[in-house]
Amino acid sequence: MGNFYRDNDDIQFLFRHLDLAPIAAYAEEGFKYAGRFDTAPKDAQEAITNYDMVLDALGQLSADFIAPRSESIDREGCTLNPDGTVSYPKGIAESLNALAKADVMGFTLPHRFGGLNFPNLIYSIAIEIVSRADASLMNIFGLQGIADTINFFADEDIKQQYLPSFASGKVTGAMVLTEPDAGSDLQAVKLRAFQDDDGNWYLHGVKRFITNGCGEVLLVLARSEPDRSGGLGLSLFVCDRGPTVKVRRLEDKLGIHGSPTCELYFDNTPCRLIGERQRGLVTYVMSLMNGARIGIAAQSMGIAEAAWRIARDYAASREQFGGPIEKLPAVRDMVIDMKMRIEAGRALLYETSRVVDFEVGLNKIAENPDSDPAVAKEAKQSLRKIKRLAAMLTPMSKYYCSEMCNTVTYDAIQVLGGSGYMRDYASERLARDARITTIYEGTTQLQIVAAVRGVCGGTVEKYLEELAAHEYAESVKDLLAILAEGTQTLKECIAFVKEQGVDYMDLVGRPLVDIAIALINGYLFCDQASSKVAFETATAESGDAATPKKVPMAQRKLMMARRYIIRNAAQIRGLADLIKSGDKSTFREYEVLAGAVPELG
Amino acid sequence: MGYHCVVLVKQVPDTKRITGQAMNEDGTVNRAALPAIFNPEDLNALEMALDIKDTHGGSVTVVSMGLPAAADILRDALYRGADRAVLITDRRCAASDTLATSYILSCAVRRLEPDIVLCGRQAIDGDTAQVGPQTAEKLGLPQLTYVEQIQKLDGQTLVARRNLGNGWQEVKTTLPALLTVVDSANEPRVPRALRLMKYKSAKCRIEIEAMAKDAPSIDVEAVYAALESKGLLIHQWDLDYLEADLRWCGRDGSPTKVHRIQSVVLTAKESKAVEPTQQGIEAMVHELIEDHTIG
Repeated sequence: MGNFYRDNDDIQFLFRHLDLAPIAAYAEEGFKYAGRFDTAPKDAQEAITNYDMVLDALGQLSADFIAPRSESIDREGCTLNPDGTVSYPKGIAESLNALAKADVMGFTLPHRFGGLNFPNLIYSIAIEIVSRADASLMNIFGLQGIADTINFFADEDIKQQYLPSFASGKVTGAMVLTEPDAGSDLQAVKLRAFQDDDGNWYLHGVKRFITNGCGEVLLVLARSEPDRSGGLGLSLFVCDRGPTVKVRRLEDKLGIHGSPTCELYFDNTPCRLIGERQRGLVTYVMSLMNGARIGIAAQSMGIAEAAWRIARDYAASREQFGGPIEKLPAVRDMVIDMKMRIEAGRALLYETSRVVDFEVGLNKIAENPDSDPAVAKEAKQSLRKIKRLAAMLTPMSKYYCSEMCNTVTYDAIQVLGGSGYMRDYASERLARDARITTIYEGTTQLQIVAAVRGVCGGTVEKYLEELAAHEYAESVKDLLAILAEGTQTLKECIAFVKEQGVDYMDLVGRPLVDIAIALINGYLFCDQASSKVAFETATAESGDAATPKKVPMAQRKLMMARRYIIRNAAQIRGLADLIKSGDKSTFREYEVLAGAVPELG
Repeated sequence: MGYHCVVLVKQVPDTKRITGQAMNEDGTVNRAALPAIFNPEDLNALEMALDIKDTHGGSVTVVSMGLPAAADILRDALYRGADRAVLITDRRCAASDTLATSYILSCAVRRLEPDIVLCGRQAIDGDTAQVGPQTAEKLGLPQLTYVEQIQKLDGQTLVARRNLGNGWQEVKTTLPALLTVVDSANEPRVPRALRLMKYKSAKCRIEIEAMAKDAPSIDVEAVYAALESKGLLIHQWDLDYLEADLRWCGRDGSPTKVHRIQSVVLTAKESKAVEPTQQGIEAMVHELIEDHTIG
């Protein structure tokens, strides 16, 4: 019996190391639901026990039930039937049924709708675990933000209509946003929403690249104000799958074959408005997308973890030149760097999820009319800062984890060599599955545009100051000095870029964000290396299988922090040189350097 | 119509993680040396019972005879969907062999008046596969062993497919009946999150008493009543409650005696290398046909 939660020492360590009590208190709104619901915890300790038990069950389901089906899911793919319905591969249908039976399809929904009311951090851990078993399943399990959006913004009767069915797994949903001419630029959405004489809303038009567009409940972004172009002409609607919604086409994709990507045609489909008109894109979809970005970051973690494990095993067991290939310096380096990047991504993702949990919690206090006015005022003040931080960390996590996942899955194939390129091993599937993560829910380039505003707008400097002011163990003092030096370099870069104007900021957005992430992750590693949590992890040094040699995790994290910070210090210097070069040839010389547009076959 | 299913479950040492300290010198199992788990095929039996409940309605009661620690697997069964859990624990049950165990279990099952009794084919510690059939005998129930699938259930009768290893057999029986279930029957569901959060506090009396020993401020009767009112009580029965004849229980009721323990070490006396080529495999198959191992 396997368990993708219990067998992952980094997750086990972080679960103990991170201070979960405050986010549990926020999620449970001061534990006011205890006694009202069988499932509501009475204190933080009980809440944390609940998180641990549920993740344990999910880890078992992922390892024993879902993972063995992933290969057949990839081979079988989804089918568009002649009657316009879509069939999932058998393994996806069975896994969804098992997830529904495990009560985990309403992870963050409130108790009153039959949800678990868990924080986003715990949901991120859950998405990673499920994605490690099958990346494409995440596109349904990890889209619970659809139900959250209904919960945050819709009227009570819409909540009552849909949320219990989401929580019980009776229905799945889709975010119906993209159109043929509105991909990254959602402000260009054309699908029409109109009202009849009685005020009932209908949808008409085409949507494309819709993940799980065959789901039962569709959240549709549509133009409700025909005279108004741009984002303020758009509203968000909810409708049921029915005869007026047709799946016209299923995309034939490189990876995530278990996830149906649909083209939808809405033929005067009855629907209901979510919240207020004109706030569809600017408020509701932005909130929905932020959650989905964290979801993709977590999916990326799961894919990378799965690939790393295959590579680690192969490096130890494949013999060449008279010994295992892990004895070769180049292979050793790859194996450690893969692990280092995974742990850095996890640190950043969990920190981001924690900040988002603070944001959601403070928001509840600020908006609750029953809150003590002084407490509500204080919450509002803290909220401004937290919102800015979440708005920077969310795209950073999506960017870092998805790019990391691509690097790691490619390196996994490299470690396996020719075998890795063959379909006999899962590494090629994982690399195909990974490829979408830097594209959907906002491309890497768009994440950088979002994150660089926080980097140049002062948020990162304040955050780095805060991180530097934490208490750390004596053993990381020299590393903190390197990080302080890096922070100084970042400040110089930001000052230089500001003089060059907004265009230049976007041009060097990636190196700027890379420096910022390297520094943030450096501090997060130092924090882990300073952990007082007594947790031991097995090493590869000899010892028999029953009693492997172990080291304290904090000691191991110190080694990891040192490697990460020293290697990145060199990177930071190089990136700073590039930024401060002021090279604008991209603008000036594009036509010449890119040359004439070629004619394609 | 609904069915009342009773599932007999056992907590067993995880024999996959066996080490040198697995056995005591007297030939009994050293339970302290191994982690205790839900006997795997009992999970298949529980899954079959829960599936009957999902399809036809009714309820599922799990029963285990064992040490107080066996309450762990009863909680696990509650997490997965069982409605009620009963722990038979009594010092006088100690050293029961399969015959005595079957007798005690049959006393408990009789009180529960089930339509269908299900148990795993066998436990991974003793591997006897005797308890199910013996319990059926003592209850005078028809027994269907090695059940892989229930094919029909219509209130009065049940048709099941038995996996006999080299073939299947379809058997029809009247109800009530006892079924022993094999691992190929199904994939047991995992604990349900909402039930985990609720039933993690479920306890039996002896566990409440143990808590009170550590924290004297705990009022055992008050906790017991509170758990009972919330449906979080694991029922605890002893031999007096079962009105069991003590001559049939424990050591007195157990004719089985361990005569000798032998440590069997398998060593290869003769081995032959087969080339991993088509010719190599063909030669090996030919040889196996020649000596009538296969074919």
